[in-house]
Amino acid sequence: MKLNLRSVVLPPVLAIAFAALLCGLALLVSGANPLTAFGTMVAEVGEGTAAVDIINGGATYYLIALAVAIGFQMKLFNIGVEGQYRIAAVVAMIVGGAVTLPPGLHALVIMLVAIVAGALYAAIPALLKAYRGVSEVISTIMLNAISLGIVAFLLKPEMFGVLRANSLTTGELPESAHVPGISFGAAGTVFGLGLLSVVAGVGYWVLMNRTRFGFELRASGESATAATAGGVNAKRMIIAAMLLSGAVAGLTALPELLGRDHTFTQNFPQGYGFSGIAIALLGRNHAGGIAFGALLWAFLDRSALALDNIGVPKEIVTIMQGAIVLSVVVAYEIVRRMQLAAEQRKVGQQLGTTSPPDDAAAGGKDQPAATSAGGGAA
Amino acid sequence: MTTVISNPADGGAVPPAPRQSRKLPGWSKGLIWVAAVIAALSVASYMTGVAQLTATGTIQTALVLAIPILLAALGGLWAERAGVINIGLEGMMIMGTWGAAWAGYQWGPWVAVLAAAAFGAIGGLVHAVATVTFGVNHIVSGVAINLLGAGLTKYLSTLLFQPVSNNPRESPPVEKFDTYSMQPLSDWLADLENMQRVGLSDVAGVLRGLVTGISPLTMLALLLVPVSYLVLWRSRFGLRLRSCGENPTAAESLGVNVYLHKYFAVIISGALAGIGGAALLLTPGVHPGYLEGQTGGRGYIGLAAMIFGNWRPTGLLGGSALFGYADGLQLRSGGSTVMALFYAAVLVLFAGAVALVFMRKYFAAGITLLGAAVLYFIYWSVDEMPSQLSTYLPHMVTLVVLAVAAQRLRPPAANGDEYRRGRGH
Repeated sequence: MKLNLRSVVLPPVLAIAFAALLCGLALLVSGANPLTAFGTMVAEVGEGTAAVDIINGGATYYLIALAVAIGFQMKLFNIGVEGQYRIAAVVAMIVGGAVTLPPGLHALVIMLVAIVAGALYAAIPALLKAYRGVSEVISTIMLNAISLGIVAFLLKPEMFGVLRANSLTTGELPESAHVPGISFGAAGTVFGLGLLSVVAGVGYWVLMNRTRFGFELRASGESATAATAGGVNAKRMIIAAMLLSGAVAGLTALPELLGRDHTFTQNFPQGYGFSGIAIALLGRNHAGGIAFGALLWAFLDRSALALDNIGVPKEIVTIMQGAIVLSVVVAYEIVRRMQLAAEQRKVGQQLGTTSPPDDAAAGGKDQPAATSAGGGAA
Repeated sequence: MTTVISNPADGGAVPPAPRQSRKLPGWSKGLIWVAAVIAALSVASYMTGVAQLTATGTIQTALVLAIPILLAALGGLWAERAGVINIGLEGMMIMGTWGAAWAGYQWGPWVAVLAAAAFGAIGGLVHAVATVTFGVNHIVSGVAINLLGAGLTKYLSTLLFQPVSNNPRESPPVEKFDTYSMQPLSDWLADLENMQRVGLSDVAGVLRGLVTGISPLTMLALLLVPVSYLVLWRSRFGLRLRSCGENPTAAESLGVNVYLHKYFAVIISGALAGIGGAALLLTPGVHPGYLEGQTGGRGYIGLAAMIFGNWRPTGLLGGSALFGYADGLQLRSGGSTVMALFYAAVLVLFAGAVALVFMRKYFAAGITLLGAAVLYFIYWSVDEMPSQLSTYLPHMVTLVVLAVAAQRLRPPAANGDEYRRGRGH
């Protein structure tokens, strides 16, 4: 797609304006001044450890959103990242607690185990999709639910669970597996493995834009039939994309677990997966866009805590997040149509006719991956 | 693959294989399946000594649990027959649950049902605006609606329920529906069940579960299945609606207003999912009011039940029954009973394999037999399924069933495609 000002600037501006309007309305309805509320949220960033919390949260969100984006690039909806990261976290922590290794190597082994576990759990929907034609949307939703059961089962005291402070955990990791952070004194500590998301982001960009695999992945997403005609093995691509997606998802929980918690507890936060899907949509599958989305998400999560002080339920942030996602996808669709119409006018002028040209001019255009109607899942 | 476990209780929904001569009408196939399943269950309950398999209580619980799934599945049917994939069922169901609680604690259960339908329909409207008018990818919009539904209800609960119930995650107690039993049939069946004759008592137990302690909402939901069938397959409006899901361009060329029909279908879909949420709340014997996270993914399971049912009313009824039964069984009696279900599955598979041998499909028969052997080995080696895992039995069943049956299913041809007026080729 040719980059021009309209296609780059307009959609996000439209989306943010619309989402802000919607949230402002919601705030007004609940009897709060929207300006005060937004002001409070922004001011919160300077308070205490908020800024570092946002960076830490953003790093986690970034990993899981990248995992989702890998699937999105070829129009695979890996809704299952939620289950994949939980399974990977539990398995990695259990293995990490069981082995004795020198510092450094220990954390590395834990990361490898998480990658493998995430990829293996993603292999189930991948194989079902490639060989049995099962929609990955439904199978991953089911596997998300089943993952809750598997985690609860593994955390049973008879299995690997250790009861600590009224909650089942995987037991404390030995010192050698801890990953030190970057301390900012009173402002908090940035997780050392937060760097992992930088590495993953660069890797993602290189993979998608500079390798044959990335090209084939994107080609399969744009047009599966054209890719097949060009010699891309569709089954292989489905399996590779899902496994890669699961592998990255497997890393999601590690910055938190190795940097701060050192144990996986029963009440480890749920729902990263669905945030990841939203952030990948928000970032339009671009490494940079996703980074912005992840930080925005983390900012909303963290600064919402300040809303309680001015009498606004902090749950309004979930509405904001939903509204932003919906606005973004709608805004890009509107702009895409505007561009299409403009292009058709231009072609019309060049051909010297005033009647709208046929669809050949429109059909050849590439479309944003996530908003164009994907071939049927479900 | 095997034809056996592909579609139990799915009367004639699967188009027959070309060379297979068709001797039986579709509905009789469904009856045979029902009879076979009940027979397998009664034999299994006799052989394993687990009476719970066909007990009235189990069937009653199964029915209660199946209704929300059934309504969500019907919602999915309406939307997808018009060509709109509706992953947002879960979000619409959550909104319905909240709406039912909010109206229910103030004005009683019937108003609650209406409010649930209205709240669900609002979710459907948002989905329709995004997918039909703006052409946003259906799954993307659905995911956003699920986020939005969960967020909105959390927010509204904090705002409106907390002052009354002192808990931001719960509503005040809601008045439930009364339940009715078909008398004297229910008592008569109870006598029969208590005689404890093999087979006879099992059938009586199952039937009694279906006619005892039924709430008006259950009756309404069951009634909506034939109603949906008649509207979608036997009316002019239904034909037009389905044509929007099969080939919108062709429908357009015949003068059908595709946008209008899609809007209508998706809004109805949301309303049905909303009523499904109300069913979760207003049936006696569950939580006294709204509880955050009450739906627990039932919208998704409804969608799976619909896919399992091959986008057909009878099929999704069977799918909902299966999920409701698996859920009800593990809820009432836990892990050991679930293993008895494995035994029943082995029997069904074995019978299926024999039938396949008669049909001279030896390869399919072999695979079926192998499946039966594996299941029997699991039954034999595991005493009790861990409760943590048996909770997710319906989900595992979904995966297995889809793996076996997905290639025999036929979704509406234009399901999930973007349609814009005047863009046909």
